[in-house]
Amino acid sequence: MKKTNNPFYDASLKKRHQAARRFKIFALSSLITAISFLVFFLFDMIGKGLPALQQTYVQVEVTYNDQTIKSSRKAIDKKLRKIVSRAWLRGIKKEVQNNPQLMNTTKLVWALADDQVDQYIKGHHYKLKNKDRLIVDELNRLNQVELQFNSIFFNNGDSKIPEFAGIKSALIGSILTLLVTMLVSFPIGVMTAIYLEEFADDNKFTQMIEVNINNLAAIPSILFGLLGLAIFINLFGLPRSSPLVGGLTLALMTLPIIIVTTRAALRGVPDTIRQAGYGLGLTKIQVVRDHVLPLAFPGIMTGSIIGLAQAMGETAPLIIVGMIAFIPDSPSSITQAATVMPAQIFTWAGMPERAYIEKTAMGILVLLSVLISLNTIAVYLRKKFETKW
Amino acid sequence: MYLKIKKQSKRVFESKNKTIQLKENLIKYLLISAATVSVLTTFGILFSILFEALEFFKLKSFIYFLTGTQWSPGVENSQFGAVPIFVGTFVITIIAMSVALPIGIFSAIYMSEYATVSVRTKVKPLLEILAGIPTVVYGFFAAITVAPFIVTVCESIGIQASFNSALASGVVMGIMIIPIISSLSDDVLSAVPDSQRKGALALGLTRAETIKAVVLPSALPGIISACILGVSKALGETMIVVMAAGLRPNLTLNILEDMTTVTVRIVDALVGDQAFDSPATLSAFALGLVLFVITLILNIISVYFIRKFKTKYKVNNL
Repeated sequence: MKKTNNPFYDASLKKRHQAARRFKIFALSSLITAISFLVFFLFDMIGKGLPALQQTYVQVEVTYNDQTIKSSRKAIDKKLRKIVSRAWLRGIKKEVQNNPQLMNTTKLVWALADDQVDQYIKGHHYKLKNKDRLIVDELNRLNQVELQFNSIFFNNGDSKIPEFAGIKSALIGSILTLLVTMLVSFPIGVMTAIYLEEFADDNKFTQMIEVNINNLAAIPSILFGLLGLAIFINLFGLPRSSPLVGGLTLALMTLPIIIVTTRAALRGVPDTIRQAGYGLGLTKIQVVRDHVLPLAFPGIMTGSIIGLAQAMGETAPLIIVGMIAFIPDSPSSITQAATVMPAQIFTWAGMPERAYIEKTAMGILVLLSVLISLNTIAVYLRKKFETKW
Repeated sequence: MYLKIKKQSKRVFESKNKTIQLKENLIKYLLISAATVSVLTTFGILFSILFEALEFFKLKSFIYFLTGTQWSPGVENSQFGAVPIFVGTFVITIIAMSVALPIGIFSAIYMSEYATVSVRTKVKPLLEILAGIPTVVYGFFAAITVAPFIVTVCESIGIQASFNSALASGVVMGIMIIPIISSLSDDVLSAVPDSQRKGALALGLTRAETIKAVVLPSALPGIISACILGVSKALGETMIVVMAAGLRPNLTLNILEDMTTVTVRIVDALVGDQAFDSPATLSAFALGLVLFVITLILNIISVYFIRKFKTKYKVNNL
């Protein structure tokens, strides 16, 4: 009963402390929920995508003769035809062309298995006829079924045959598109930032530009797609689905990020540097070009890489300008039809075959690892060149 | 003699000065023209959408577009009443915000008010990873993992749910928006001067009471601004709903049914073969115009609130 003697004793105090504790726990659990979403999500993607690293191969006897070149299906035993990939069978003709000695020989080779066999071996949901399944079981018992590293995924373009589909053409499409994006948005963004930060007077025009940049950053990305469609394709007549149009559209989207980060980097350069330059009789351009820009450069690079990473993951505007075409071969110029990695992921996600799910997840893992490495480079650059004035 | 040299050197100096001046001006104009690109982009978006939308409204009634409940493009005597689409967008946005708001704000409160500096510097980048994940990836997650999960759970308690339920895309969209809200709210909360907290604590308030009675009200304009930004992000989000929500304009409030959104219909109208004079294609631009106007208004409101907060506490880095 000591407490009652205390003149400051407040009977509700215990309750208030409890409430405070509850509040803290609630806040903490929110944070933990947010992070567990991330962890769950990553595990889910890895769990779904990792099986795609391996692909099933079956050992079959291939006969190379005139008949099999005409109809490559006949190169292997009739009952195995459903088990081996159609795309692989088509390749037999080319194999003989490249290597004429193979003619009239019979060889035991590891052949790419059909996607349903692959799904069956990996223990996923499959659609195999009972007859075919028994053959696979028999082959499996004889150790004639093997999971090998899936190099096809990294070397091939898109394909309607799941086991033959790869991400390469999308990767090259992404690189071409981002090249256009950076070539356009980097100079324009940096120049805009230099103007606003170093030259502009505080007048109506400058304010209008600033408000504009803020707005541009908040406009939903799909509307940039509408702009690309209406102006670049319909008005200028640039080729649809091409990295040129996609890159230009993304460039306009990346512009605000580059402007904002470049301005921050320029603002980080102390005024004393500029004053010293003026004191030595340099002109404004000379000060900016030779002193302010080099000092701000690491910051500008960091911002540009972050902008690049964001452009890389963007899908919606690119779908609108037609970059979801079916592209089996890698594009070689910026005016050819191409697809990009996120668009490829989108296309695969919509495919009915079960085998595409793991392809999609693997594509996502590839995309995420590229994005994470870009961001790591950005953070590293910032750390390495950070100057405390 | 001396005067002559002086005069000559002055002339040389002046001519050199003139070329420098010319160069300086040239570069300055180059910079100005670069700066106008962003302005041109905004106007480009506005006019390209506006013109095509006007084409659409020449063919179909504007009033019916805003008030009609039948959306049936591609058929004879096609109808373009966008109310079911607006309702779908609205419902999914509300689901997303009811996930993102509490989690985002309370995460921000924990990070800025309770967490130690070392925890905060580790956790904040983690949350920012969530913001950096491409939306197409979230879409796949919603369609392949979350939607079937919701269907199974609903089946086990005897309710029927669609595989394209608004709930699945709404929840995943909410996860995507968490970092947008938490990051900005955290910045705002950290900008509230410490003297306010110390004053409240000195008066005998508990930590939680300090936050609720003092810190949150001070930071309110900033937090409102963060929420509006989140809403605008949810309205314009495309990939998640394209992949996980339905295509059918369905006028309902049942979150377990499939619904469609403005962005889904835009993508649907513009993918594949398109004739640019058909109302089905042009309807995408009418919907785009609505989206543009609404997100623009939301953005202006958000900027207003954040400016209010800035001038009150004189912070510049938000």
